[in-house]
Amino acid sequence: MSELWKLSAIELAHGVRTGKVTVAAAVESGFEGPAREWESEVHALLASDPKARASGAAAANDGPLRGVPVVVKDNLCTTDYPTTCGSRILEGYRPPYDATVVRRLRAAGAVVSGKGNMDEFAMGSSTEYSAFGPTRNPHDLGRVPGGSSGGPAAAVAYGLVPVALGSDTGGSVRQPAAFCGVLGLKPTYGRLSRYGLVAFGSSLDQVGILARHVSDVATTYAALAGPDPFDATMRLTPAPDVSHWDEGVKGLRFGWPANLWAASVDRELVEGLEESAAYLERAGATKVPFEFMPGEFGVATYYLVATAEASSNLARFDGVRYGFRHPDSDDVRTLYTRSRSAGFGPEVQRRILLGTYALSAGYYDAYYLSAQKARTRIRREYEEAFRRCDLVLMPATPTLPFRLGEKTEDPLAMYLSDIFTIGANLAGIPGLTVPVGLSRSRLPRAVQLLGPEDAEPALLRAARAIEVRGETKHLPSEYEAEFSWPTKR
Amino acid sequence: MAYEAVIGLECHIQLRTRTKMFCDCPAEFGAAPNANVCPVCLGLPGALPVANRAAIESTLRLGLALGCEVRAESVFARKNYFYPDMPKNYQITQYDQPLCEGGALPVRIDEVERTFELIRIHIEEDTGKSFHPEKYGDRRISRIDFNRAGVPLLEMVTQPVFRRPPECAAFLTALRRLVRWLEISDGDMEKGHLRCDANVSIRPAGSRELGTKAEIKNLNSIKGVEKGISAEIVRQTALLESGGRVEQATLLYDADHDKLAVMRSKEHAHDYRYFPEPDLPLLRVEAAWKEQMRAQVPELPWALEARFVEKYGLKPYDAGVLSQDRALAGYFEQVVAGLNPKAASNWVTTEALGRMNARGWSLAEWSARVSAASLNELVRRVESKELTGPLAKQALDAMAEEGVDAQVVLARPEYQVRGGADELLPLVKAVIDEHPGPVSQYRSGKTVTLGFLVGQVMKKSGGQAVPQVVKELLERELVGG
Repeated sequence: MSELWKLSAIELAHGVRTGKVTVAAAVESGFEGPAREWESEVHALLASDPKARASGAAAANDGPLRGVPVVVKDNLCTTDYPTTCGSRILEGYRPPYDATVVRRLRAAGAVVSGKGNMDEFAMGSSTEYSAFGPTRNPHDLGRVPGGSSGGPAAAVAYGLVPVALGSDTGGSVRQPAAFCGVLGLKPTYGRLSRYGLVAFGSSLDQVGILARHVSDVATTYAALAGPDPFDATMRLTPAPDVSHWDEGVKGLRFGWPANLWAASVDRELVEGLEESAAYLERAGATKVPFEFMPGEFGVATYYLVATAEASSNLARFDGVRYGFRHPDSDDVRTLYTRSRSAGFGPEVQRRILLGTYALSAGYYDAYYLSAQKARTRIRREYEEAFRRCDLVLMPATPTLPFRLGEKTEDPLAMYLSDIFTIGANLAGIPGLTVPVGLSRSRLPRAVQLLGPEDAEPALLRAARAIEVRGETKHLPSEYEAEFSWPTKR
Repeated sequence: MAYEAVIGLECHIQLRTRTKMFCDCPAEFGAAPNANVCPVCLGLPGALPVANRAAIESTLRLGLALGCEVRAESVFARKNYFYPDMPKNYQITQYDQPLCEGGALPVRIDEVERTFELIRIHIEEDTGKSFHPEKYGDRRISRIDFNRAGVPLLEMVTQPVFRRPPECAAFLTALRRLVRWLEISDGDMEKGHLRCDANVSIRPAGSRELGTKAEIKNLNSIKGVEKGISAEIVRQTALLESGGRVEQATLLYDADHDKLAVMRSKEHAHDYRYFPEPDLPLLRVEAAWKEQMRAQVPELPWALEARFVEKYGLKPYDAGVLSQDRALAGYFEQVVAGLNPKAASNWVTTEALGRMNARGWSLAEWSARVSAASLNELVRRVESKELTGPLAKQALDAMAEEGVDAQVVLARPEYQVRGGADELLPLVKAVIDEHPGPVSQYRSGKTVTLGFLVGQVMKKSGGQAVPQVVKELLERELVGG
C-alpha cells in the first residue's frame, strides 16, 4: 500500500492486523511523507523521537487501533516524552506516569508518535502563546491553526497522524479542529479521564479527539471513554455505545438557532451551516428553527471560572519539586517569584492574576460566586433547548482562521473567538466540530454540533451524515469520505 | 481590674487509616524519607485526588459520638497558600460546608461533669515536613519529606467555651481518650497525632464582649497547652494593665523556654482564597450510611463510666480509672462476673494495674498472662474464703511471672489455706513468746496490739492462715495465759 498516511486510523489498523502493513511502517508513514514537506514550517510537534517511536511500535498491543500513530497534546502525561504544556516552567519535565487516556490508547494498540504544540497551559486560541514558537495552519501558513490544541489539529490536517488527542476547556479542541478542517470532539464532562491531563480549569477541562474521519473519532472514543478510579469527577455509568455512528439520522431533530449567526458570523461559515442542514435533512433529519441565546454572559462566566481554577491549579509550579527553578534565589520567596515570573509567559501570568483576583476576599461573591450562578443558568438554558431537539447545529467559530499576530495584542478579541464553544464546557455537554469543505479562499469551513449529556452517539451519526453529504444509499460503512487536504501556500 | 480569659481550641487529629486521604500511599509513620509518595501526594502535574472512604467513616464515627449534625452533602475546598512542604500549594480541606457541625464533648473536671461545645469537625490533608539540617558553603539547605503529605487529618474547632487553662488540658485528655476509644487515631501528642492551636483573648471579668484574640500555635503536649495558654493570658493581662492593647496575631509557643514569639501579625494574615475543590464531587452521606456508622459507635467512655457507678456501685474515681481505656473496661467487665464489683474493681485497678505499671506492661501483655477468667477465678476463691488476700496477691505475682492460669497456681501446696487450730496454735504460741511487749500491752487493755500480733502469725504461716481464725486463737490464748 502506498501513501499509508492518507488512510484513516481504522483502515491503517486493519492493514496492520491483516499483516499487509507492519506496525513500524504504519507509525512512520506520516513522518516519511507529509512531515518532510510540512513539519519544519507548520511546527505541530514539540517532541518526537524515532527511537521512542520504534520502541512504541515494537511494544504495540493488539487492539482496534493497532499500529495507529497518535499525536498527544503536550499537556497529557507520557512516560516516553517530556510533558511541557508549552511552557518554559516545565521544559524537559518527564512525568513518571502515563495519563489514563494515554494508557488506554496504548492498550488499544496505538503508538504515541509525538507531543503536540499548544498554547502555554492551554491558555489561548491560536497556539501563538506556546513558549516554543507557534504552530501554523497547513491551509495557509500565514494563519493560525487555532488553539490551544493547534499542534494536534495541524498534525491531523496535514497527514502526520490520523488521530490526535487534545484538551478542551473552552473550545481548545473544537476551534482548532474547525480552523484546520478536521473533526474535533469534546466529550461529555466526566467521560474521558482527566487523570494525567495537566489541569487548567478542572471543572471545564475534558480530553478531546481530533481526526479526519467520523469512524476514527468513534473508534478512539470507544477505546478511551468510561469510568476511571483515579478521577473522582467521572460519571460512574458505562460510556454510551458509539458503534452505530453510521446508522443515519432518520427522525433526528436538530435545532436551528439562526439568530446566533444573524449579525457577526462570517458569510461563508453561514453557507456551511446551510449546506450542513441540507445534508442532515436529505438524510432524514428534521430542522427545528428556534431562538437560542446560550449564555449571554458565557464569555465573562467562563473567564472567571477558568481563571479562578487555573490560579490554584498552577500554584504547584513553583520551582521547588520539578520543572524550571530560577538559579538566583537566596530564599524560598524569591525562588517562587523568580521561577514563576521567568517560567510563565505573559498570557498565563495574566490569567493567574485574573483568577487570583476573582477569588480574593471581598471579591469572591461578586465574581466567582456570581459566575457559578450564571453557570447554573447557562446549563439550564441548554437543558431547555434540548427539550425541543436532539442536538443543535451552530457555528464553531465566528470567523475563518485569522492571521498570525492579528489578535495577540488584544486579549479580549482573542477571548471572543471562543464565543460559540465555551457553552459546552460550562454546561458539561458534548460538542463536535465537523468540517464542511473549504471557503472560496481555500480555508477550512466548519460547523458545530452540540447535544445533551451523553449524546455522543447522536453527534457522531449527524457528523457522518454531513461527512457523506447526506448520502444514505450506496455507501458501505467502510466508505471514507473525501478529505479536504491542504495545499501549500 | 480582674480579667477573665476566653479560650477556644482548634485540634488536629491524625487519623489511623491504612492509606492517605486522597491516594493509595501508606499513611504509616516512620518510613524512610519520601518512601510513601506517588504522583497524587507529590502534587505532580495531572494527578487527581480520590477521597478515602475509611477516613470519612472515622470522621462520621467521631461526629456521631459527639452528637454532631452530619451534613447530607458536604464540600471539599481548596485553601490556597504557598508553602514548600505543601506540594500543590493548596490544601484540600473543608470550609463553609464541613462534614460535622455542633456537638459537645463531656469532660469531668474535679468531680464535676462539664460539656464543652463544638463548632465543627472537618476533614483535610496533612502537609509534608521541612528540615533545615545543613549548610552548603555559606548557604542553608532545606530538605522536605513528603511521607506525611496527604495523611488524613480531622480538624475540630470548639466554641470559645474555656475560661481556664486546666479546662483545656482536661478537654484534650478526654479527646485523646475518645479518639483512642473509637480507634480512629493513636492520639499521641508527642508524635503529632494530636495537635492543638488555641485562640485566647481576655476581657474584664463579667464583661460579655470578646477581647482581641491571639492564636497560639505549636502547643504540642497537654502540659504545653496549659502552659502556653497561661503564658498568653499573663502577657495579655500585663499589656492591658499597662494601658496597652492586644494586637491580633499568630504566636508560636516555645515550650523549652516557656515563651511566646509572634509568627505573623494581622497585616500579614493570609487570604486563603477558599473555593470548592473542583476535582472532588460533593461528599454525600446518605441516611443508611450514617446509621451504619452510628451502629459502629461503641458505648462511649462517659456512658460507660456512669453505668459502672450505677450498675456496680463503684466510686466515680474508680469508674474513671477503669474507663481510661476501652480494653481495660472490657477486661474489668469480664473479671467482675459473679463477684463483688468493688472487690473486682480493686483487684483490677490496684493489683493488676499496679503490677502492669511496675513491669511496664501494656494491658495486652498483661492479659496474655493473666486472662480475665483467671483473675476472676482468683478473686472468686478469695470471696469464698478458699484463699486469703495475702496468699491471693502472691498467687497473682506467680500467675503474672509464669503466665500460668489461676487454677494451676492455686493447686500448689503453698497456696492451701491453713485454718485448723491444731495447725495454727503452735504458730500463735510462738508469736506470744517472741513478742512479750505487745502481749503485755494487750493484757493491760491496749487491745490495738492485737492487729500486730495477727500480722506476725500470718507472716509465720506464709500467708496461708485464715486471719479470722488466727484472731480468735490469739484472743483465747492471750486471755487464758
